[in-house]
Amino acid sequence: MIPGSFEYFAPTALDEALSLLQEHGDDAKVLAGGHSLIPTMKLRLAEPAVIIDIGGIGSLKGISESDGNLVIGALTTHHELESSDLVQQKVPLLAETAAEIGDVQVRNKGTIGGSLAHADPAADWPATILALDADLQITGPNGERTVKATDFFQGLYETDLGDDEILTAIHVSIPDANTKGTYLKLHQVASGFALTGVAVVLTKSGDTCQSVAVGITGVSEAPYRASGVESGLTGSALSAENIAAAAERAVDGITALEDIHASEAYRQNLAKVYTRRAIEAAAS
Amino acid sequence: MATIAAPTRMMGAPIKRREDPRLVQGLSHYVDDIKLVGTLHCAFLRSDYAHAAINSIDTSAAKDLDGVVTVITGEDLEGTVGGIPCGAEIPDLKVPEHPALAVGRVRFVGEPVAAVVATDAYIARDALDLIEVDYEELPAITDLDKAVEAGSPLIYDDFGDNIGFTMPLEAGDADEAFAEADHVVSQRFVNQRLVPNAMETRGVLAEYLPGEGTLTVWSSTQVPHILKTQLSLIVDVPEQKVRVIAPEVGGGFGSKLNVYPEEVVVSYLAIQLRKPVKWTEKRTENFTTTIHGRDQVNYVDVAVNNDGTITGIRAKILADLGASYQLLTPLIPTLTNLMIVGCYKIPNVQIELVGVLTNKMATDAYRGAGRPEATFIIERMVDLAAAAVGMDAKDIRFKNFPQPTEFPLEIPTGIIYDSGNYQESFNKALEIVDYDGLRAQQAQLREQGRYMGIGISTYAEICGMGPSIAMPAGGWESSTVRVEPTGKITVLTGVSPHGQGQETTFAQMIADEFGIDIDDVVVIHGDTGRQPYGIGTFGSRATAVGGTAMVIAAGEVKEKMAKFAAHLMEANTEDLVFEDGKISVEGSPDQAIDFAAIALEAHVAKNLPPDTTPGLEATHFFEPSNFTYPFGAHIAVIEVDADTGEIDIQRYVCVDDIGNIINPLIVAGQVHGGIAQGLGQALYEGAVYDDSGQLLTGSFMDYAVPKATQIPHFETDHTVTPSPVNPMGVKGVGEAGTIGSTPCMVNAVVDALSPFGVKDIEMPLTPNRVWQAIQDAKD
Repeated sequence: MIPGSFEYFAPTALDEALSLLQEHGDDAKVLAGGHSLIPTMKLRLAEPAVIIDIGGIGSLKGISESDGNLVIGALTTHHELESSDLVQQKVPLLAETAAEIGDVQVRNKGTIGGSLAHADPAADWPATILALDADLQITGPNGERTVKATDFFQGLYETDLGDDEILTAIHVSIPDANTKGTYLKLHQVASGFALTGVAVVLTKSGDTCQSVAVGITGVSEAPYRASGVESGLTGSALSAENIAAAAERAVDGITALEDIHASEAYRQNLAKVYTRRAIEAAAS
Repeated sequence: MATIAAPTRMMGAPIKRREDPRLVQGLSHYVDDIKLVGTLHCAFLRSDYAHAAINSIDTSAAKDLDGVVTVITGEDLEGTVGGIPCGAEIPDLKVPEHPALAVGRVRFVGEPVAAVVATDAYIARDALDLIEVDYEELPAITDLDKAVEAGSPLIYDDFGDNIGFTMPLEAGDADEAFAEADHVVSQRFVNQRLVPNAMETRGVLAEYLPGEGTLTVWSSTQVPHILKTQLSLIVDVPEQKVRVIAPEVGGGFGSKLNVYPEEVVVSYLAIQLRKPVKWTEKRTENFTTTIHGRDQVNYVDVAVNNDGTITGIRAKILADLGASYQLLTPLIPTLTNLMIVGCYKIPNVQIELVGVLTNKMATDAYRGAGRPEATFIIERMVDLAAAAVGMDAKDIRFKNFPQPTEFPLEIPTGIIYDSGNYQESFNKALEIVDYDGLRAQQAQLREQGRYMGIGISTYAEICGMGPSIAMPAGGWESSTVRVEPTGKITVLTGVSPHGQGQETTFAQMIADEFGIDIDDVVVIHGDTGRQPYGIGTFGSRATAVGGTAMVIAAGEVKEKMAKFAAHLMEANTEDLVFEDGKISVEGSPDQAIDFAAIALEAHVAKNLPPDTTPGLEATHFFEPSNFTYPFGAHIAVIEVDADTGEIDIQRYVCVDDIGNIINPLIVAGQVHGGIAQGLGQALYEGAVYDDSGQLLTGSFMDYAVPKATQIPHFETDHTVTPSPVNPMGVKGVGEAGTIGSTPCMVNAVVDALSPFGVKDIEMPLTPNRVWQAIQDAKD
């Protein structure tokens, strides 16, 4: 790796990181697990003058339970989420999603906060975070604020996060016993990113769908909630026919991406098929 | 002459590779690990355009950067440094000039335009951004069919078209065969461009000692001797003062069977600057500017009768050569011509091979090199022919195999298959997989709306390259075998293994020959300063050709050693046995002398036998009389998810016949790796250029080399039909897996989708393409 030259800071406290970010503005990039930033620096597609490595900030790490929520520090690695007993007990969908990310090396280094803040249109976390209706905790020069996942993702690599802010934690409310989650994904075979990833959180009342949330990644410029599917199924019996009919609405109002790995029509088809299968799995 | 030892203890033993402990512990030395004091670092400015005129290059700002030692462009090399060599001799071949750095025009993305030398690699890289090149973009040609159309923009103005050569091949009477055939089956195939992707990228370190006038070049190469000769000519240093060392080489697959611009430029710079200069290729450079493989478009017809007899094959082969020639570029597709009938008796052949210039990186040898393309054509066509006449894919193959008694078999394309029993290996594969049971299962699943596919590929291929008459730089190989005074044995070989394991297999043969412990044998390769001249490792040749040279040299040394032993024990040489580290008289084990004692005796030379000179060393240069022709059968069992086009590989059976086997473990490794690469082409890989000649798949984010989780468990087995071409009866196994597996997988998927009427799908068979094929067939 031969990147351009840069100044390197390794703050150990959030305040310090925020003031560095204010001081250096657009020249600075925040480095978490490095799995998005470093590849672009290697190719000199990004040549930030300043790197603020937040990896040493202890307060951004770890998973805890608080007031019916899982609180996940932004620097928690994919592997930690995949292997955490707490996560597997309380919100297994998170562990299931983490297991689908990249490869072992990526999961050991990459972080949930880094992935969400980068907002790659084919990243895995956004689908699950959307389906879980998570709250994202953000700290900036004016203090703390919380934003809903549905408001966080705004476009291709675009989020609600300000240039002078840092995503610090993700709050996921722990679902009840009648709620089940599933994440299903077709891997882009080279990168391991999602050609389509569908996260479903389904609450049953008997054989009826009491509520369902469907987060989809990889299909569009930004991850989205498939509201057509959700409204189509809520209140309905969870029959194969009803599920299939609802899943047909997985790309309603969505412009699917087209690239060398998948055509627009294929992505549309994948979104529908994977939505159907993910709902079936969550309903079973 | 010494006799060749019959296979005894180590021959056939599945011992672990002796190379591996140092490799897996990171204790070995690749080019980039070699540090010379005062080394300068080189970086290359490369063209961003596929086709453009260079109006001017301004290097002044780069030269002014602190730490930059020099910046050179193509004009600096003109008249003093020769072009990049191509060894192909083909009638009427148009050979473009190929300067090491572009002059006046660039013709592919990644073509080197300037070289920077700096005190460290970071400064060298920074300086590239300070070089200003004024380009005038020209239309790029990337499509093979369009490149040969009249009026296509020209890549070389004076050539008149974009055709590097045409090579017709006719045998029998194809016109008559097609006129009389019950069916003619036609298909267009795209054999997509691949990136070889050796695990170690290329690298060069060159040092020139002005006092001695010697140039030493460390390069990650498969052909150090050829590189030495070529560098001597290109940078004008007398050959006896050039030494090329291929240290640990992390794979090649043919991509390092070459002489590259960077090897030339770095050598030139080391001479000019009188300091060591190093360049280590980045992965992105490896994608764009190390040779690519395959890239053909084939228009094929076969003539088949109702009973399944295939009477003729016609093919127009458009082979993408790229923008300039590397060492063997135009020769590779000519192997497709030679192998087009595969393992079948097809008497009438008509081929027109057209080598086409495009604005892309040069193609050249990539694992299989021309034979996978031929095997793909014939194995796909045989399946299509079977479908046309309503025959099972198994039966049509048996129908067209030659009989074992027909070998050696001259095939219509003019080569002679050395030995074969295609029925035996195919039968074994069918039995392992339970073919008839699978067909029954498939019929049941189809009734349930499930799409199971059974794919077959039976192949024959060319290995043991080869007789010198057929090889540009000669096809022989050399070896020196030396018994040291302490009884240890040093083997020098002209081949240059880089993953094939000959440090192990060659030592196994020597241990057997001399009856000593394998740990007393060392096999040394890849240093032109230590070995006699050799050709190198490629074309599955190292053991069949290099191993034979070694075995013959070993026999000569053994014969001489026997004279010393016989002299000391007052015995006859023909009664001596080399065993357990001793030389003894057969039948009287008390009469024995330690191997090491004889070795010492031969060196201290106090008691020479009559007419015997001191020392225990022999060198042999072996010229093979023919190629070798391995063969075998691959069978894949898959299921397609018709909703998404995803393919689940359920079983993969491969029965090879590669002649005698020295080390089954190493053979399995070669077969596994080969199949993985072949399945990579079938399912995952493809170098995609856009219409403007930009490589869209320039990193592992977009170019999918199969990962361990993406390949199936392999069930491998063998039949053994020894080759008569060499005394060990070996054939070669480096490329067999790749050659057989690609059409096998495509045949399996097409078989699975036959209920939809799908006849062909273009590789790689991504889920998207498989799904699309189903949609298209439904429409």
